[in-house]
Amino acid sequence: MDFLLSIVTFLPLTAALILVAGLRGDDAAAQVNAKRLALAATVSTFFISLFVLLEFDPGDTGFQLVEEREWLLGLTYKIGVDGISILFVLLTTFLMPLVIAACWDVTHRVKEYMIALLVLETLMIGVFVALDLVLFYLFFEAGLIPMFLIIGIWGGKNRIYASFKFFLYTFLGSVLMLVAMVAMYVDAGTTDIPTLLNHRFDAEPINLFGWQIAGGSQMFLWLAFFASFAVKMPMWPVHTWLPDAHVQAPTAGSVVLAAILLKMGGYGFLRFSLPMFPIASDIMAPMVLWFSVIAIVYTSLVAMVQEDMKKLIAYSSVAHMGFVTMGIFAANQQGVDGAIFQMISHGFISGALFLCVGVIYDRMHTRDIDAYGGLVTRMPAYAAVFMLFTLANVGLPGTSGFVGEFLTLIGVFQVSTWIGVLAATGVILSAGYALWLYRRVVFGDLIKESLKSITDMTMRERAIFAPLIVMTLLLGVYPSLVIEVVGPSVKALLTQYDTALAAHPPHDAVAASH
Amino acid sequence: MAMEAILLFAPLIGALICGFSWRLLGETCACITATGLLFLSCLLSWGAFLGFDGQTYTRDLFTWVASGTLDTSWSIRIDRLTAIMLIVITTVSALVHLYSFGYMAHDANFKEGESYRPRFFAYLSFFTFTMLTLATADNLLQLFFGWEGVGVASYLLIGFYYRKPSAGAAAMKAFIVNRVGDFGFLLGIFALFWITDSINFDVILSRGPELAAATFSFLGAEVNAANTIALLLFIGAMGKSAQLFLHTWLPDAMEGPTPVSALIHAATMVTAGVFLVCRMSPLMEYAPFATDFIILIGAATALFAATVGLVQNDIKRVIAYSTCSQLGYMFVAAGVGAYSVAMFHLFTHAFFKALLFLGAGAVIHAMHHQQDMRNYGGLRHKIPYTFWAMMIGTLAITGVGIPVTSFGFAGFFSKDAVVESAYAFGGGLGQYAFWMLIVAAVFTSFYSWRLMFLTFFGAPRGDKHTHHHAHESPWTMLVPLGVLALGAVFSGVVWHNSFFGKTDQVATFFGVEYALASEHDKDDHSDDAYGGHDHSDNHGRKGHHEDNAYGPDAGDVDKGNHVHAHYVFTSPPGMGALHASPGNDILNDAHKVPAWVKCMPVMAMLLGLFVAYMFYITIPDLPWRWAKTNPILYRFLLNKWYFDEIWDAAFCRPALWLGRLLWHGGDGRVIDGGINGLALGVIPLLTRLTGRAQSGYIFHYAFAMVLGIVALVTWITLAAGG
Repeated sequence: MDFLLSIVTFLPLTAALILVAGLRGDDAAAQVNAKRLALAATVSTFFISLFVLLEFDPGDTGFQLVEEREWLLGLTYKIGVDGISILFVLLTTFLMPLVIAACWDVTHRVKEYMIALLVLETLMIGVFVALDLVLFYLFFEAGLIPMFLIIGIWGGKNRIYASFKFFLYTFLGSVLMLVAMVAMYVDAGTTDIPTLLNHRFDAEPINLFGWQIAGGSQMFLWLAFFASFAVKMPMWPVHTWLPDAHVQAPTAGSVVLAAILLKMGGYGFLRFSLPMFPIASDIMAPMVLWFSVIAIVYTSLVAMVQEDMKKLIAYSSVAHMGFVTMGIFAANQQGVDGAIFQMISHGFISGALFLCVGVIYDRMHTRDIDAYGGLVTRMPAYAAVFMLFTLANVGLPGTSGFVGEFLTLIGVFQVSTWIGVLAATGVILSAGYALWLYRRVVFGDLIKESLKSITDMTMRERAIFAPLIVMTLLLGVYPSLVIEVVGPSVKALLTQYDTALAAHPPHDAVAASH
Repeated sequence: MAMEAILLFAPLIGALICGFSWRLLGETCACITATGLLFLSCLLSWGAFLGFDGQTYTRDLFTWVASGTLDTSWSIRIDRLTAIMLIVITTVSALVHLYSFGYMAHDANFKEGESYRPRFFAYLSFFTFTMLTLATADNLLQLFFGWEGVGVASYLLIGFYYRKPSAGAAAMKAFIVNRVGDFGFLLGIFALFWITDSINFDVILSRGPELAAATFSFLGAEVNAANTIALLLFIGAMGKSAQLFLHTWLPDAMEGPTPVSALIHAATMVTAGVFLVCRMSPLMEYAPFATDFIILIGAATALFAATVGLVQNDIKRVIAYSTCSQLGYMFVAAGVGAYSVAMFHLFTHAFFKALLFLGAGAVIHAMHHQQDMRNYGGLRHKIPYTFWAMMIGTLAITGVGIPVTSFGFAGFFSKDAVVESAYAFGGGLGQYAFWMLIVAAVFTSFYSWRLMFLTFFGAPRGDKHTHHHAHESPWTMLVPLGVLALGAVFSGVVWHNSFFGKTDQVATFFGVEYALASEHDKDDHSDDAYGGHDHSDNHGRKGHHEDNAYGPDAGDVDKGNHVHAHYVFTSPPGMGALHASPGNDILNDAHKVPAWVKCMPVMAMLLGLFVAYMFYITIPDLPWRWAKTNPILYRFLLNKWYFDEIWDAAFCRPALWLGRLLWHGGDGRVIDGGINGLALGVIPLLTRLTGRAQSGYIFHYAFAMVLGIVALVTWITLAAGG
């Protein structure tokens, strides 16, 4: 199949266009039709994406299923997957049907909601398959527009503040990335990512106003990309947009944001920063590692004192993304394998946790932890599901949450014991905030009058959680499903990275502190 | 092999059936299924234990975490250590399952019509499964899986009475304090992997001597690899086995139903730390600093917990502190290098402590869930069977027996073995440990007899109605008591030689090679204590004596030198279930301690019994008078040395304070404040530029992006064209 990846990428968009063009009216029947179409489109996308996995050969570390064709203005449309990107595509196609199912009860502008989600899916998949700088930038930036709309139209009371914050953060980053892309094009003469991956950007130190800039132009490019990806992750200290965005976003928006959009930052580091600017990455790795470990400890402590469930989980997401950046910049097999694993696993776990909040938010219309207590009495199935994902979030062995944490920690420990030890305190702190949340919401006697008639999960809700439970446990017990796919590509990436470092004369002061 | 797989997975299957299909099967049928599968598992475990020939064997099931050079599998490793754990786990677990039919039949913590029993049995079975994976692990990662799995089962069971806020708090505390230990455990795994490039037992257990000679840079300091790794792993053990500083969760864990306390918080899970240290004996042997630390902590815990146990009024808390204290004994034995003795005490303790807990449960059951001993009294006539069971448990834990003979209860053999090993270790540390343990033995005897006297003797106190209705428990509860009582009586005398006999007997039992050593060899050994490489040479010179433990050689030496045949372990590290480094002769030395040392534990027991008798039978108002005259000491002990308060002030509250500071100060004022400041400058500028002040930010963004793409495309087109 020559167009397999294109079909996967653009099927959701096609469904969105059908909705735009074909569906009229806003009565109940039209709403149901819109949802059904969206669900059918996302489910088909998922099944077709399984063929991508079938066609994929993990042993081949190059790009596969590549499609290349001329586009307007002399630009190239080029897409493909390798071991690093393929699972993000599958994560996206896997989660989107669940996201659609999760907003089945929405009644406000349903058609537009479905369109926004479908367009978003195409754009997210596009980010992971794009093999051309312009295409990547297009997908990367355009993806924010439907997300803005989702927060802005279907979001909470304070949505304007949240989208304003989101805007400011991402704007600065993307401007810098854009400038860097232009510079890369000037330097390499191409926007083709596979070619750029083998291009050696100049890393000779530059003198600027009497300052010696180690890493030279690589460093500038690295910093520009870093600005964009660090905000996306989000890394400390540019993380504060995330809790606000989550709090204001509707459940579906939160799930997409936490489970998929955040992963673009990590993917960007692996696709651009590490392989294209190895010298700069190596120089800046200690800084990134320290930022990561600060994120883990800092946001875990902040999560502990939250009174809003979504904020708590959002802060916990920042902490978990800290493990990702830490693993990536540990730049060894366990670290990077672990980082990718952690991103995939976090997609299931954080998605499920936001869905868990959604379940009780739909019933009580509040996210205040204090408004709950003793839910286990009336919602035993919910209590069990929430327990499982709480433990997965805590990183319990046997769930997917453990493997990523363990691998990134064991990876970074070999780079710096300080970082390893401080990051490992995360295992204590995460238990603190996650179990305390669970205890306040689920345990205890059910005494609040408002909760006395709360009902347990419906069949639809159970059906949404079931695939997430399966994946969380399956990857926890047999993580090779992921690691065997990503491992060879990661190994090739690291070999190239180490070769580049070896070829470069050792840099001075910064290297010594590494 | 199939047998091992069945015994491992039967409890998991039981848990799944019981937890998920009880609506289909009916409550009782689901619980019976889980219990039946556990008895099957127990039967197979005994088969594996008795039929075990000393040869370690491992079966890999499938890969778990494999990345780069890290390669771990789900596997089943059977050696003597595992076999011992298997029978301890499955025997106590099967009996506790049976016992729970009676104990959990009607629970006042749940409302009429609420189904709680299948959940309880499912948790119990799930716990058993994770504990078995811990014991059968072939690498540290699977061990860690079991380690955390039992932690979760413990968490769920402590919080089983979810309506009680105290249960929820205790469950959370148990998990988090254990996580502090796990933090150390994980770091130990990381360091081991960094240095040896593996965390599989086959590899790491043979690297002890190498690690002792290696150093690595840890937190800016150059440290000895063996000592550091052993210490880090021991921190994990301290959490799980409730040793001093990380013990605070165990007494609170008594919030769980009593069968849970017997299974998890006495017989099995809390001994996982001891098991870990014994499993890692080939490493511990080459980490003298770490083992000294283990002795220090173990002995301190034994005494500390015993002092707190003296004044507690809740019957379960007394036993909980007693468990904490006995675990200290086990660690001392492991620390001095007498791993088989540590396992011996673990083994006997499982029987008599489970017996005491289940007995206490029967008392609580009889007294309508009244747990305060001040409301008991005179119960021996009401519940005679329970009384005698508890009596046997008490005789066992206080170590009743006749010194220098083979007459005594289980605890007599194992506790004496621990105490003698501590004395034989010698030096200041050995003396310290010895005397701490002796004093702890006095206290153990005191609080155990205090428990007996307060509960079963004297006049009934508290609610008359409750006393009037006190009744003997159903057979499901009494049968487990009977079986455990057999264990508490005989497990010591039957297996004494295997765990703490002559070195050759112990070596045979644990599948370790051994050889005859003369005094001269012994000197040799101490010289090259860390020279693991000479090992095989010595080996050849002395020859093997595997098959003729009582053969002509041994006999000759006996006659010729007028001393007992003197054997030493000769297996290289990693071979056999246990390891003793050249120079570790503790098993021989422990048998040669002076007679007064051998008599000390029994003297301690008698002293404790005497004082308890005076306090609670002869002059019943003495305790009250004593508390009155020593209010500070009494409050200090009653409040458990104020550890909870200190930890709360030192860690919990500062963490929350810091969290609030970082949230409001860091995220709020500094980061958002900075961004807002920037925004005040940038936003008006942007809006003026676009000229659409009311348009909303989405359009700003879209506009900026389109602008950017246009710029990029223009540039590329121009550059490509030119």
